[in-house]
Amino acid sequence: MDLLEYQGKQLFARHGLRVSPGRAVTTVEDAVAAAEEVGFPVVIKAQVLIGGRGKAGGVKLAADADEAREHARNILGMDIRGHIVRKLWVEHASDIAAEYYAAVLLDRSAKKPLVMFSVEGGVDIEEVAERTPEKLIRRHVREQAVEIATAGAADADVVEGVADALLALYEVWLEEDATLAEINPLIVTPEREVKALDAKVSLDGNALYRHPDSDTLSDSENEDPIERRAKEQGLQYVKLDGDIGILGNGAGLVMSTLDVVAGAGGRPANFLDAGGGSDAEKVKQAVELILENDAIKAVLFNIFGGITRCDEVARGLIAAFADIGESGRSIPFVVRLDGTNDLEGRRLLADAHLPNVYTAKTMNEAAEKVVALAAGVGAAA
Amino acid sequence: MSVLVDEHTRLAVAGITGREGSFHTLNNRRYGTNVVGGVTPGKGGQDVEGIPVFDSWEQAVAECQPNTAMIFVPPRFAADSILEAAAAGVELVIAITEGIPAHDELRVYNLLKRDHPGGRSIRLIGPNCPGILSPGKANVGIIPASFFTQGNVGVVSRSGTLTYQIGNEIARAGFGCSTIVGIGGDPVPGSSFVDVLELFQADEQTELVVLSGEIGGSAEEEAAEYIAERMSKPVVAYIAGFTAPAGKQMGHAGAIVSGSAGTAAAKAQALEARGVRVGRTPTETAEIAVEVLGRASLPAA
Repeated sequence: MDLLEYQGKQLFARHGLRVSPGRAVTTVEDAVAAAEEVGFPVVIKAQVLIGGRGKAGGVKLAADADEAREHARNILGMDIRGHIVRKLWVEHASDIAAEYYAAVLLDRSAKKPLVMFSVEGGVDIEEVAERTPEKLIRRHVREQAVEIATAGAADADVVEGVADALLALYEVWLEEDATLAEINPLIVTPEREVKALDAKVSLDGNALYRHPDSDTLSDSENEDPIERRAKEQGLQYVKLDGDIGILGNGAGLVMSTLDVVAGAGGRPANFLDAGGGSDAEKVKQAVELILENDAIKAVLFNIFGGITRCDEVARGLIAAFADIGESGRSIPFVVRLDGTNDLEGRRLLADAHLPNVYTAKTMNEAAEKVVALAAGVGAAA
Repeated sequence: MSVLVDEHTRLAVAGITGREGSFHTLNNRRYGTNVVGGVTPGKGGQDVEGIPVFDSWEQAVAECQPNTAMIFVPPRFAADSILEAAAAGVELVIAITEGIPAHDELRVYNLLKRDHPGGRSIRLIGPNCPGILSPGKANVGIIPASFFTQGNVGVVSRSGTLTYQIGNEIARAGFGCSTIVGIGGDPVPGSSFVDVLELFQADEQTELVVLSGEIGGSAEEEAAEYIAERMSKPVVAYIAGFTAPAGKQMGHAGAIVSGSAGTAAAKAQALEARGVRVGRTPTETAEIAVEVLGRASLPAA
């Protein structure tokens, strides 16, 4: 399927290639309006799927609205070697200092993608190829990969094989939205075959919507069951090997909380970011997740309310306590609420008289308390 | 003065008709930010509590001349919205959206650099960031403004809540902020620590900068180099993620230790080797900042 010039340009623009602003139109009046919109001088171009439009009079420069009207009227309906012009492309005319040529095409004889470039552009490229072939540079995309393999001093007889592997890796990286595509080792067999003996691929989780098939690839059988459940609930949970459960809002604050607890001599059991603006229900889910880990001896809630409201967090904690069993209730909680609605949150907690829940005013105080509680040393509420 | 946003900010918001978009836009307006318009394709002609909505950035720029764009649209549309705002002539684009694919961020970053060389004519902050607050002047994004007052401290951070934590401790000690800039937690942020440090160095109001970094990438190491070579103002740093295991993404897409690269220890070491004091906790960081400010006997504004 061949595209009209303007459709091709739209495709180019979508991939970041620079093009001039323009409009596709089908009437003389629209052509004049488009010309005024993109700014004079403009070039008015017949949109037909045949070469030699310029020679046939299908491409004209217009300096003002009158000229634009006249050219549009002449070109619309024109018969260019059997192609009737029904559409015009009106774009702001470019100043030109040099005209080059560039192409990527399917080289059918070599059966490889071919990149071509010449400083002799703007004319029939076949003439250039015939008269001055040295001015039309042709390289297979693959040659770059061959260059890398050669520069890396791969054995001469496997350079081609290595180049193939590099190209395939790049394709994986690009097409699968990978952030890493790695082979180590990439082996050469005694038969001089180049083969991937290992594979390390990281796909971008944020791009999974573009790759519905990749969604099923996650190793859910070997995934930690708590991490898997957290993902389903939209919570960011990472299991660690300690015994102090951690919940906070915001990735940076939670990371920092882990560090502060470790600094106070404790061992965090998890990273759990309840996220911004979490409501009571989400907090309840988070508490349940943390308590699923049998290693937990104490839990620290570190909340600095921005969008998250401390009273909502308190309500979530109270709701969670209504549901958790005796074993959960034996685990001490240290809660630090600061920021938006902190007074209200602290009052709700105090009024609820939850067993085994201690409060702290600062992050450091909270860390020290939870470490002492996890070690079996009682702390004053 | 302050950096990036102030009383001259004219803000337009992509995604203004969404739930989060409208909530935070109105919040920003209540703070005093001059919100001039919004963009939601297909909803042109409507308004959000008096703020006119346009179908495209081109129209919004033509009708109400915003100089700052805030991006609140879902991840799959965000890259195009950023590029469209930049192409329409908006100088500063602040992308709040979380979850934009890394390849899209690469494309946006390189196109902006190519089309606006020097990086001065157009600036992208974020994505996946809480925005920018210049206390007393303008708030663009989701930073809770009530914790901050106007003053001499510049804050630049990869994390939102951690910024509030440190900023609030500095505020309780009686010091205010010139501007708080969240550069975001993604692997390819539009602006780096160095970009923002450069602005703070040039800003008259800013006398000390607090830099809050975290695991992943090498932005903190690059900042260390810049601070040693180019900055006369004191910088106090904090790094989160000393206890993060390698290979695990800690909430932010960019917060991951890959092999031995991007560890908190290496970052703190790079900063300290260049003479930057690094707090071991957010509280200690705020205390160091307050100590340095006190020694310079800077008045709280």
